[in-house]
Amino acid sequence: MNILVPLPVVVPLLGAALTLVLIRRPVLQRAISVAVLVVTLAVAILLLWHAYRTGPLVVYVGEWPAPLGIVLVADQLAALMLVASAAVTLCVLLYSIGEGRADPGQHAPVVIYHPTYLVLTAGVTNAFLSGDLFNLFVGFEILLAASYVLLTLGGTEERIRAGTTYVVVSLLSSMIFLTAIGLVYAATGTLNLAQLVERLDALPADLQLVLHFMLLLAFGIKAAVFPLSAWLPDSYPTAPAPVTAVFAGLLTKVGVYAIIRTETLLFPDGRAAEVLLMVALLTMLVGILGAVAQSDIKRLLSFTLVSHIGYMLFGVALTSAAGLAGAIFYVVHHITIQTTLFLAAGLVERRTGSTNLDRLGGLARTAPLLGLLFFLPALSLAGVPPFSGFLGKLGLLQAGVAAGGVLAWLLVAGGTLTSLLTLYATTKIWNLAFWRSPRAPGPEASERMPRLMVWATVALVVLGLGLTVAAGPLYGVSSEAAEDLRRRTPYVDAVFPDGPP
Amino acid sequence: MSPDLILVAVVGVLFAAGVTLLLERSLSRVLIGIIMLGNGVNLLLLLGGRSGDAPILGVTPAGGMSDPLPQAMVLTAIVITLGLTAFLLAMAYRSWQLTGHDEVRDDPEDRQIVRRAERDESSVPDDLDVGVRPWAEPTGRTEEADPEQVDPEPGPRRLDREADDA
Repeated sequence: MNILVPLPVVVPLLGAALTLVLIRRPVLQRAISVAVLVVTLAVAILLLWHAYRTGPLVVYVGEWPAPLGIVLVADQLAALMLVASAAVTLCVLLYSIGEGRADPGQHAPVVIYHPTYLVLTAGVTNAFLSGDLFNLFVGFEILLAASYVLLTLGGTEERIRAGTTYVVVSLLSSMIFLTAIGLVYAATGTLNLAQLVERLDALPADLQLVLHFMLLLAFGIKAAVFPLSAWLPDSYPTAPAPVTAVFAGLLTKVGVYAIIRTETLLFPDGRAAEVLLMVALLTMLVGILGAVAQSDIKRLLSFTLVSHIGYMLFGVALTSAAGLAGAIFYVVHHITIQTTLFLAAGLVERRTGSTNLDRLGGLARTAPLLGLLFFLPALSLAGVPPFSGFLGKLGLLQAGVAAGGVLAWLLVAGGTLTSLLTLYATTKIWNLAFWRSPRAPGPEASERMPRLMVWATVALVVLGLGLTVAAGPLYGVSSEAAEDLRRRTPYVDAVFPDGPP
Repeated sequence: MSPDLILVAVVGVLFAAGVTLLLERSLSRVLIGIIMLGNGVNLLLLLGGRSGDAPILGVTPAGGMSDPLPQAMVLTAIVITLGLTAFLLAMAYRSWQLTGHDEVRDDPEDRQIVRRAERDESSVPDDLDVGVRPWAEPTGRTEEADPEQVDPEPGPRRLDREADDA
């Protein structure tokens, strides 16, 4: 079974190389990309099954013993993230293939789209599987470098403008991360996460706090946590629809994943908990207030994306098993739902030529299927029962109530308010774009939506509904993953079966 | 070579200079800032490991070896910084091709606010008098030729407005 662990990284990288070689054979290129992501998804599911049944899988790359070489660890959290991300990337790839086939040339992803997309996938999976800090950094850099290319596809003026901000902010966060790595290494003499557990605990408390906050700062920028989130709603909406969708679903969640690891494995003392709770509250409220003020669907959705990062942070900052389980469930839910909404927004743009709410109207009548594809995930995002968004929020709020204390109750209130305001924001889109009388379509409108695009979105909507139906088992996995994270020993024991050196 | 005070001071100076340049508007200066910051971080990584002779078994006694791991990490970091520097240079060049300058521009909403403020004299933001821009004002397009130009004053953010109108 151990041979499976590196596959989610190696297979997409190999696929990227192949698709780059086959740049003049578009049909073959597409087939390879799809096959690669199907394999990744299958491997991810196997890894999750194995991690759930028998415990974490560990691979020592090149047979180098643990603290010397690179370690890849697939524990329940990593495997769960892998499954969610692989499923979403596959659907988005199908969507973009549908878009590319419909109008080759105009919006069609240029030939480098497929290799870059696969490299992005490899970066994401590498970040999830990585068992040491520097490899995590490399994973981040792989996915960021690919995302720079995807965000500036075509090099139009607007994308260059948005891309500049994005690239510079991401580079800065990478520099901070690298500085933190340098300091951690200087303080402890290792970067292996499992070995750091013991060595970080032995450090003096003030030094721990400095390292802790440097890591949180770096991951906070990547996860778009409130005071560090202004880059996101500005840059994401300018990219092509599938690219925005996959960015919204995955990139910020990699940052959240890194925050979860930092808070549980490296610094479980919860000394940053109060700061994180306050930041989570501000992220939720400021984000959703920004969303309410927007008049463009993509920008509005980007602000809700920022806002809902606050929920995950809330769960992590509670430092209880229930909070952590809620946060993990919420990450999986949010990856799926937010991506679906951006894909639906892309379909709206394709159908009417615009995502500006002032120019839209009557889509529920002219494109009823599209209405349904937007309506279901929107309800789930807002947290309307019985959808997965409701269950995730309920779990988090319950954990908040159980934790007690002024701050936790404030967050429960803030979370409820954010949920209501999300409902308001999505209702605004629904009323203006779908419900009122039809508007004249723009010049770029096309009557027909490519079948593959629609089916890819349908698949994601079904996946989102599946999360609702399978919420019980999924919550079980999340709870077990949270338990393992809180105990820390399963991770360490898996990497060092004979005890840490 | 031991991590002495001079090297630590060099790291500090590189960080300070890098951050100062990052705050500039021109992308080329931001890029130089990132390069300096990157070099500062690399030096910091290098200082984190034990110093000594080349870590080759059989050549150096085990006690006198330097720590090879930070050096390996610095190599990786240098390669990554190099690639991203090239990418940023390409973006600066593309920006220059498209707009005639490589300044980081405000986002659409900031521009809307600025335009609104320009019409309403009472609420002019502080940063309006940013002075003359380093690029030449474009010629051949006058306010009369542009029906959407409500405000007759060209103003310092003219290029942004043109981009909005286009």
